[in-house]
Amino acid sequence: MEERGMNERIRKLRRQSLDAVAHLDMERARLMTEAYKMYEGSVSVPEMRALALKHYFSNKTLCINEGELIVGEKGDSPQGSPSFPELCCHTLQDLHVMNDRELISFKVSEDDLKYQEDVIIPYWEKRSIRNKILENMTPEWKAAYEAGIFTEFMEQRGPGHTVGSIKIYQKGYLDYQNDIKEALANLDFFNDKEALDKKAELNAMSICCDAIMILGKRYAAYARELAERTDDPQWKQDLLLIARNCDVVPAHKPETFHQALQMYWFTHLGVTSELNPWDAYSPGRLDQHVYPFYKADVDAGQLDDAKALELLECLWVKFNNQPAPPKVGITLKESSTYTDFANINTGGITPDGQDGVNDVSYLILDCMDEMRLLQPSSNVQISRKTPQKFLKRACEISRKGWGQPAFYNTDAIVQELLNAGKSLEDARRGGTSGCVETGAFGNEAYILTGYFNLPKIFELTLFDGKDMMTGKQLGPHTGDARNFQSYEELWEAYQKQVKYFLDIKLMGSNIIEKIYAEYMPAPFLSIITNDCIKKGKDYNAGGARYNTNYLQGVGIGTITDCLAAVKYNVFEQKKFTMEELLHALETNFAEDSRILNLVRNKTPKYGNDDDYADSIMRDIFEFYRSNVTGRPNMKGGTYRINMLPTTCHVYFGDVMIASANGRLAHKPVSEGISPEKGADVKGPTAVVKSCSKMDHLQTGGTLLNQKFTPAVVAGEDGLNQMANLVRTYFNMDGHHIQFNVIDRETLIQAQNHPEDYKDLIVRVAGYSDHFRNLSKALQDEIIERTEQSFH
Amino acid sequence: MKKPYVFNIQKYSIHDGPGIRTTFFFKGCPLSCQWCHNPESQRHEVELMYYHERCVDCGACVKACPNGANLLVDGHVSMNRVLCKACGNCVDECTMNARELVGKYYTVDELVKEAEKDQMFYEESGGGITLSGGEVMVQNMDYIEEFCRKLHRKGYSIDIDTCGFAPYENFARILPYVDTFLYDIKLMDPEKHKTYIGVNNRLILDNLIALNQAGAKINIRIPLVRGVNSSEEFIRQTIDFLRENQIRTLGFNLLPYHNTGKSKYENLDRSYADEQLKVPPQEQLEHFKQMFLDNGFQNIKIGG
Repeated sequence: MEERGMNERIRKLRRQSLDAVAHLDMERARLMTEAYKMYEGSVSVPEMRALALKHYFSNKTLCINEGELIVGEKGDSPQGSPSFPELCCHTLQDLHVMNDRELISFKVSEDDLKYQEDVIIPYWEKRSIRNKILENMTPEWKAAYEAGIFTEFMEQRGPGHTVGSIKIYQKGYLDYQNDIKEALANLDFFNDKEALDKKAELNAMSICCDAIMILGKRYAAYARELAERTDDPQWKQDLLLIARNCDVVPAHKPETFHQALQMYWFTHLGVTSELNPWDAYSPGRLDQHVYPFYKADVDAGQLDDAKALELLECLWVKFNNQPAPPKVGITLKESSTYTDFANINTGGITPDGQDGVNDVSYLILDCMDEMRLLQPSSNVQISRKTPQKFLKRACEISRKGWGQPAFYNTDAIVQELLNAGKSLEDARRGGTSGCVETGAFGNEAYILTGYFNLPKIFELTLFDGKDMMTGKQLGPHTGDARNFQSYEELWEAYQKQVKYFLDIKLMGSNIIEKIYAEYMPAPFLSIITNDCIKKGKDYNAGGARYNTNYLQGVGIGTITDCLAAVKYNVFEQKKFTMEELLHALETNFAEDSRILNLVRNKTPKYGNDDDYADSIMRDIFEFYRSNVTGRPNMKGGTYRINMLPTTCHVYFGDVMIASANGRLAHKPVSEGISPEKGADVKGPTAVVKSCSKMDHLQTGGTLLNQKFTPAVVAGEDGLNQMANLVRTYFNMDGHHIQFNVIDRETLIQAQNHPEDYKDLIVRVAGYSDHFRNLSKALQDEIIERTEQSFH
Repeated sequence: MKKPYVFNIQKYSIHDGPGIRTTFFFKGCPLSCQWCHNPESQRHEVELMYYHERCVDCGACVKACPNGANLLVDGHVSMNRVLCKACGNCVDECTMNARELVGKYYTVDELVKEAEKDQMFYEESGGGITLSGGEVMVQNMDYIEEFCRKLHRKGYSIDIDTCGFAPYENFARILPYVDTFLYDIKLMDPEKHKTYIGVNNRLILDNLIALNQAGAKINIRIPLVRGVNSSEEFIRQTIDFLRENQIRTLGFNLLPYHNTGKSKYENLDRSYADEQLKVPPQEQLEHFKQMFLDNGFQNIKIGG
């Protein structure tokens, strides 16, 4: 494996991070169970959650890896992954599968299995959120969920989907406790019927401040203890510095660049230990937030760029040491990766609208280039004001082929947030997290509720609501497609089916939201999210300034091409009948190579700047958007849409028979807003044009993947035109674009000889992953993505 | 005058002039360069590409052909190029996508519409439109002039990729609209030029002189084929010619031969003399580049 890192210290830490085997760490489950047994029934739910976190941080095993300068592991050691039985109580079979599966496995010891069987399962089986959710879902919800019409994000993992703000770097947890005290003093027990609930919530937040400060103190003490023991003078000095840092943060606000990074990391551990929220947690606009510390330290002669870079590289290793919580079942399928989606935004603009690129921004690019790690996901925000030099430096890293950084359009993000009702300043402070999701950092709970399988519902439409995989009648009867006289009738039927399943999905999500609000508050996350303290409300109960739920549409490329294929061939050109098409789909085109060729090769397709297909895409998008956006959620906010898939496009394709665009049974559907594989034959400008016909500003994020052969982006010209492509897409309001720069042959080699390509990282969908960790189906999918090259 | 046919509209074209461009390739060429990598560009009329390797001999094309050009012989499809009228009936019926028509007629306005699609890319990148071929300068010049005028009115940069073998009046007609001529020089020796390219080079060189005198911006493109023109002598002759005639050049592209066109010859059932054609070594290209630089020429690029 290639050694990377600026010096031996970093190379060693990086190696340790990559060599460590992902494993289950039962300590959290044990301490959580102890705490629940101690406190449940005697205190309020939020206070119990807070006391449980405090119990965990007071007793958890500490870990300082030799050489590191930022301390704190979520588990017992690098790649240790705690479990969260209060959310998802794994069965013994789950643990066996987790241990034995080839991909995304977690080692589970015999002791762990025994403990799970004897203690965890008996206590948590009926109490877990997952159990509560499944008990409360309707038979229709369950049937649709099992058929792969949609997924459910909150079934094994907590809501989070949020990002830190500058506040993290400006306040210590003692300061927050003062804020909480003030809020408690202001409670109005005469007029506010929720005052008592608020008191419990605020008490819980204060306990969580104690919890994180205890962890900080314990690390300070542990570092001193190790310093006593070591004979290595350099390491001793480092440990004493770590100890001094932990004396300051998290209790007090950071005073140096080093402490600012350590402060973030403690906060990260707090959020990701309290619950296992999707998309972990992210440090906000890191370059802007830590720049004042960098500047002051440099001016004082205490820091230079090499030292600053070393500290950033240490932080990068910390992110990479934390695999996503072990997932099972459909949740694993929709997000089949170790990546936990912490996502670092670099560049963009400042809260007062100026160019946000600073010296730290360039250091972060250097760090990402040097480290080449899966985590954290790294991206750049590009605004009209972003210097060309910064954009080109980002392109230079991106064309090396491992998919980072991804490119986000700051101006679009700001408009998306304004359109969703945020203030201008909050919008400018925002960015993207997870894969591509737009949020008002530090001020918003933007919960992703699940993926929605748009092409699968078209399959049901063609067969009068019947699921052809199981033979079950899942949707309403919308008519025998063979009797449809016009495209409009078909479109009408499709809309009815989609509406039916949207209602099922959103009703389920509303119930799940209430379950979390009641049983699973997140008082730690609430401390650092505006305006939870002020409102005395939990993050999971509407405490944040903004509360948005997202439903992620998947497969717009596939569904567009399906509708175009039927419209063009059946209703207009009359190349074949609906009956013939249905037969072809049921038999996976085995006897219908003529139809297959017509729909694959002789039909207008999305991704070619062809209005015939692109206008159908717009119809679908607008229909989907208008039926989701604005519907109320249970936290006082509304639902909106995103267009991204993570790995769900593989799962969603797997639950489908062949589709009308010539996609064969079980093959992945299109990902993000990218065209169907092989459909886009007019080059990258045509793809970008087609994609820009979607109204990105009405979404909370869209995802576009472009695969280039290395030759296309080679040389100064290639680099310049890559930068121009990004700029032009963004001029047209495109939200995000990312590149895979790798040739097909290399990928095929890597598939056949994974041992020779252990380092190969590719862009999947909004994140990068080791090629060897992808399922065969996903590997194939990436190989088959249209390569933009020259004739 | 014959109808112009376009055989390819290449978007994100980044090697045919500055920036991101859309290149329109017109069908039909007065030259017959032995190394031509776009054999489908040579003839003016529409042709049928037949991808033999995709064909499964199902016979659908036999039924579809009104001219009896396709026959099943011993279970294999045999195509008679003389009988084929390139009507395209077989294209839709071929289940394997093994057949494709090369060359399509567009009205000028349809072409302008295609050109407009990437306007935002041209503006961001300093790109524009390139007209290429085949040979654009031997097309119906009423059509080409109208196309150029309409593009020019939209403010697009127009580059003309030309072999130079056309009446000078044709150049003069579009001169007001053109940004830069990408002008090929292939051989200086008139005899060799005739042997390898099929025509004398006098007209080509005279047009270059005339364009230069008319104040046109010129970028010289030199395809280099080992065994044909990849020699110091040819580069020396070229330099001398440019100096003697005081040709002002924006830059040069030294384009090493590649044989990616080989399969296209097979798909058109034509022979290709690729054995005699070789790629020049990199050091030689660097040496040629240096020769241009030493003689005061600038912006010498190896490759597109």
